[in-house]
This record gives sequence, structure tokens and C-alpha cells, in this order.
Amino acid sequence: MTEKDKNKTKSSEGIGGGALREALRVPALAVLTGLLIGAIAIVASGSNVFEAYYALFVGSFGDPVRFYNGFQQFFSTGETAGLLRAIYPFTESLVTATPYIFAGLSVALGFRCGLFNIGAEGQFFIGALTSAFVGYSITGLPAFIHLPLAILAGMAGGALWGMIPGYLKARFGAHEVVNTIMMNWIAFRLSDWLLNGPMKASGFRPVTPNIEHTAELPRFFPDPLRLNWGFLLALAVAYIVYWFLFKTTIGFEIRSVGANPDAAKYAGMNIIRNFVMVMALAGALAGMAGASQVLGVDHWVGQGFSAGYGFDAIALALLGKSHPAGVVLAALLFGFLRSGATRMQSIAGVPIDIISIIQGLVIVFIAAPDIIRWLYRLKSVKVEETVLTRGWGR
Amino acid sequence: MTTAEIAINPTRVRRARLAYGIVLLAVGLFIFLTFGLNTQPGLQTTFGINLAGSNAVPVPDLVVPAQLTVYLMAGIAAFFGAFQLARGIKSTGALVGVIAATFVIAFLTWAAQGKSFNLTGMINSSLVRATPIALAALCGVISERSAVINIGIEGIMLLAAQTAVVTASLTDNLYVGLLAAILIGGLLAAFHAYLVIRFKVDQIVSGVAINIFGTGFTSFVSSRFLEKNTDLLNNSGVFPVISVPLLDRIPVLGPLLFQNNIVIYLTILLVVVMHIMLFYTPWGLRTRAVGEHPKAADTLGVNVYLVRYVNVILGGMIAGLGGAYFTIGSVGRFDEIMTAGKGFIGLAAMIFGKWNPIGAFTSSLIFGFADSLQVKLQILRVPIPSEFLLMAPYIVTMIVLTGVVGRAVPPAADGQPYEK
Repeated sequence: MTEKDKNKTKSSEGIGGGALREALRVPALAVLTGLLIGAIAIVASGSNVFEAYYALFVGSFGDPVRFYNGFQQFFSTGETAGLLRAIYPFTESLVTATPYIFAGLSVALGFRCGLFNIGAEGQFFIGALTSAFVGYSITGLPAFIHLPLAILAGMAGGALWGMIPGYLKARFGAHEVVNTIMMNWIAFRLSDWLLNGPMKASGFRPVTPNIEHTAELPRFFPDPLRLNWGFLLALAVAYIVYWFLFKTTIGFEIRSVGANPDAAKYAGMNIIRNFVMVMALAGALAGMAGASQVLGVDHWVGQGFSAGYGFDAIALALLGKSHPAGVVLAALLFGFLRSGATRMQSIAGVPIDIISIIQGLVIVFIAAPDIIRWLYRLKSVKVEETVLTRGWGR
Repeated sequence: MTTAEIAINPTRVRRARLAYGIVLLAVGLFIFLTFGLNTQPGLQTTFGINLAGSNAVPVPDLVVPAQLTVYLMAGIAAFFGAFQLARGIKSTGALVGVIAATFVIAFLTWAAQGKSFNLTGMINSSLVRATPIALAALCGVISERSAVINIGIEGIMLLAAQTAVVTASLTDNLYVGLLAAILIGGLLAAFHAYLVIRFKVDQIVSGVAINIFGTGFTSFVSSRFLEKNTDLLNNSGVFPVISVPLLDRIPVLGPLLFQNNIVIYLTILLVVVMHIMLFYTPWGLRTRAVGEHPKAADTLGVNVYLVRYVNVILGGMIAGLGGAYFTIGSVGRFDEIMTAGKGFIGLAAMIFGKWNPIGAFTSSLIFGFADSLQVKLQILRVPIPSEFLLMAPYIVTMIVLTGVVGRAVPPAADGQPYEK
């Protein structure tokens, strides 16, 4: 293998040594620029930027004063209440990041096969509903059976929702972008019906009943802190996806189909099977995102449960360059941003939608790295670009 | 699959013939079993022809015996099925038409048995609901004919809708609002064009970014400003209905075509103008050349980049008009995410209409029909949950995209950046 080839494999796997700095530079600058433009929007809407971004910081990492007091209390009296209150924002950020990791992996997996999965939103919702259903309808099972069963149900629901557009793409060439969005709307309507009818808990609100305790993902800390095993599960799944994509034959096939479907076809790879399989797996990952949210955090499903996860996931996959490690980092970033934005909304009065604006900008900058290079006068580097999507029905 | 391919492949033809015949027979049987047997004998269905509040000359309503009509439809579907199996009908369009027509008529007769159902009102609301879809589709047609995919139509429409209502409320002039919407649509499309032509950004990714930005920005402005100052910023009123004198007195056609607001007139005008422009002017020829074979067009001296910029921006302005329709054209206020996927349905209408303005408009009408049907059926209290009826337009979109109803071929260079 020549030196050049070595570099190539490195860049396609993304992480490592000098390539790491190069891989991180544009995304980091993109996020920074997004935040700067976001600041302009905050000023334009009449709020104080420093107040707003400080609230964002406190909301995502925690209040330094509280940390200090908490530690002091802990060392002097052994009382953990203050410390727990201090780490609350930090753990909440990790809680927010958990479904992002799954959903981001879902979109990233699609990208690797040249498929654009905008349907993570619907798959997330369906996955949440199926896992909630298993969670509340089955009683009397021990936790070590009930919990995996509920997670599997979420995966299956999401996989089904992803497989349909995958099959339509493979069989008829129907573009997955439009179809996954249609599946999203169908999922919303279906959930409206389910939550007002068959799956409605007794009472007035259109929500499902609470799941059984045996189906809950165990939490690490006492009650207001919601950090649970879902976070570690997400990290584990990210590693599995990495291993699957880069260390197995099927993963190689998926990446080949994504990079050049014609060449893959001539090499004897089954395009149709790969499309269906990848969309099903992507759906399963998004379904897991929904399951982790239900089983670990909310314990019930209500309307508008999926609230933008699908679109955030696209930004995550782009930001993470469709690499599992990159996705995890991006998901953590978004988790901290989103979690902090809630506080920013309540303290500085900046609507949480500002994050969506920043996200849209970040996607543009990541998709057009030339803009960032031009803005910051960076030297342009020739890196091999991942093929993301293709035109209608090709 | 082209027609030539089918012609030279006899087994395929036979299989397709068999499939359609069986489907038709099944539709006949289905109509008989579900609608026919559930219709009470002796009941009548009234199809209203006169639209309340229209200037048209009144004509008597159409009253039909319910059960007989449903059986008749089942019979027609079965007859065509048998005929198809025995002899074969050349046109797939006709077959699909028979399936759709018999099914819809039987369904409506069953749903409205013993009640009255306004047919003209139904068609009118189809047209009204088709308008934003048609404008989105036209936006798609004009930019994709020059080989630029614009999937950000949804986001453009959302932003234009909000811009329209805010400007119109502030200036107290609806036409200023309309202009502002068209301008912002053109601006966003120009941004999209700049990204995909100058920076060669993936066209789909750029479009998705516009969608996310549009959703986020409009929701931000909505919750930050519009909710608190509804009267000042989010209360514009709507365009008045303009009646064409005399023509609006024609029964059925009058209220449909000659008693609408300006956006609907503009839409119909745009369809005609775009058809003429695309197929009978030098600009249209250049556009299509750029979309099919940019290199050849370039060799002949056509400025590929310029044509693409112009078309995408024009498309954005049309989408801006579509966005304006949501607010100042119909309800007079902005609600978060009020486009509800119409931009994407427009793209499906474009594909179903085979990248032709007239085709795109006709297929938008089908989507509009599916959309207004669910509203009417809720009023008729059909024993189907309304949520399932609401899914209809999305399911129709997915079926259309499978190409079962006739495969469409996109412009050859669609979605590919051009490098000199």
C-alpha cells in the first residue's frame, strides 16, 4: 500500500492523527459561525446576547456557583443533594443527547449507502409507540425479558417504517426523500388516531398509559435526574454501527453501493437488498431513539413526541460526516445546545426555535465547506467527498 | 420502462394485461361487497350542483337511487375487467381512470346515501386546495427542466407565507404582501441556486437545509413576535373574490373558474404561460436543452449557468406565490408549519405530471381532490376515523411515486451539477 492509499483509507474512516484536525476544523468553524449568526438573530429580536448565551451555558453544563457549593456541602457533611442539583443540567444534556445519537446514526447509515433518510422523525415516533405498547400492555414479566422486548419492539416498528420507502426505492425507484416525508405525515396521523383511540390511557389527555416498571431503562441517580442506561446503550450501538460499517463484509457492500452503485452492481452486489436492508436498519436505529426516550425518560408517549428529532438527525449526520464517532460528538453538541436552549428560553426569553435556525445554517456550511474556507481564508484541501444522494430514481 | 420496451416484450404485456384485468375485477367485487351491501335499499343520494353564494344560474340537483348506482359502478368495473382479460385495452391511463372513477363515485354514493352532497362544492374545494400544490409543482417543473432539483420548496413556501402576512398586515395592503412573498421566494431560490451552481453543494442537502431553516425561522418569528402582536403583525385579511361578469353565471363552470381570488387566477394563467414558454419559445428550448444535455447546449452557445440561475429564481418566485396563498390567499394569518408537506406533495405532482406544466396542474387537482374529500367525508360522518382520511393525500403521493400509474422520465441531467 502506498502512502497515498493509506491517506485515502484514513480519510474514508475519518478519525486519526492529522486527519482528525482537518476533519474537525470545518465542522467546528461551521458551528461557530452558526452561533455567531444566531447571536445576530438574538440581538435583532431584542434580547441580550451575553445573557442569552450565558443562560445557554448554565443550562447545558450547570451553574459554577452551584457546583462549588455542592462540592463544599459534600465534603463537609457528606450530603449529596446539593451536588446532585449542581450536576442536573449536565445530566439533562446527556439525556437529550441520547436519542440524538441513535437518530443521527440512523441518517448517517443511510448516507453511507447513498440513501437520504428524512423519515427518522416518523420512525422515531412509531418506534416510541410500539415500545410503549409492549411496555404497558404486557405485565408480569421480569425486567431482563420485558426491557429487551420493549426495545426490540421499538426497533421493529422503526424498521418497518423505514423499510417501506426502502423497498419502494429499490423496486420502483421512487425517491426516498419524498416517500420518507410522506411516511412521517402518515406516522403523525396514525399516532393521532392511536393516542385518541386504541392506545389512549384513561383520562382526558391523548397519551398512552405509563409503562410497567419492568420495562423502564434503569436510572443512575435518584429522581429528578433522568440519566439512564439508554445513554450507554447509545454509545455501545454507535460502536456496533462503526464495526458493522467498517469491519464487516456487509458494511463494505453498503459503502460500495453508496459510493458507486454501478460498480457495486458489476461486482455482483445486490443493490435492491442493500437499499431495503439499510433503510430497515436506519429505521430500527431511529426506532431505538424513540424507545430510549420512552423507556428511559418519559415512560409514556403523547402528541408531538417526536418534535424535530428527524430533522436534527440530518444535521447530526452531516456534522459528523456520517461517521459513528463524529455523530456521537455532534449529538453531544446538540444535546448540550438543546438542553441549554430550554433554559435560555425561560431566563432570557429567546425562543427555542433559534436552535433550528442555527442548525439550518450549520447544515449549509457543512454541505458547502467552500463557504467556510472562503470566510476564514482556509486553504482548500482535496478530500474525498461522500456521495450523499442522487437525483430522482437513479 | 418505455412503451417501446413493452411492445417488444410479449410476456410482460400479457402479465400487465392480466394484472389490470384482475385488479378491475377485484375493484368491482370490492365495491359490491363493501359499498353495495352496506347501502340501504330505497335510499337516494343527492348530488348538489348549486354552490351557495355563487352567481350561477340555479339548476336542479342530481338525485340518484343509492344502491342501484353503487351496483352499476361495480358492474362497470367488473365489465371492464372482463373485457381487459378477454381482449385487452391499450391505454393504461383509461384503465386507471375507470378504476378511480368507479371507485370514487361508488364511494361517494355510499357515503352520502340518504343525504345531500354538493358536487360543485367538492370540485371547487379541490381546486382551492390544489392551488398551493400546483404552484409548488410549477416551481419544481421550471427548475428541474433546467436540471436543478429544488426540494426546499416547502421551506420557501413557509417563509413566503409568513413574509406575506407580516408585510400585508404592516402596510395594510395585500398586494404589497404578495410582492414581498414573491421576492422572498426568489431570494431563497437564488441562495439555493448559488449554493448548488457556484459551490456545487448537493442539491438535495441544500434543499433540506432551506426546509429546516424555514421551519426554524418561521417558528422563531411566530413565537417571538406574531403571538404577542397578532393584530399588528398577523392579521392581514384575505384577497377578495373577483367575479368575472356574465361568465360567472354559467352553472358549475362559473363558480369554479370565474369566481376566485387573484392567486387562483394567477395559477391558472401561469400554467398556460409556462406551457407556451417551455415549448414554443427560444427560452423554453434553451431550458430543456440545459436540462437534457448541458454540454451540447453549452457547445451551441447557451449559457448553462445563467439559464439555471434564471429558472431556479423564477421557480422560487412561483413558490413564493404559493406561500402567499397559505396566508393572504386563504386564512389571513400565519400558523406554525401550516404548509403541512404541501411542497413535497407538489414535487410528487410534478413527477406524476411528467415535468409538464399542464400535467403537473392536473395531477395537483387529483391531490387537491384527495385532500378535500377527507374534509367532506368528515362532514358526512363516514364511519372511518378522520385521521385515516387525513392520510389520503400522503398515501396517494406514495402510490404515484411508485410509477405504477405510468413511469415518468426526468430530464436527463436532473440533479447533476455542470462543470465546464
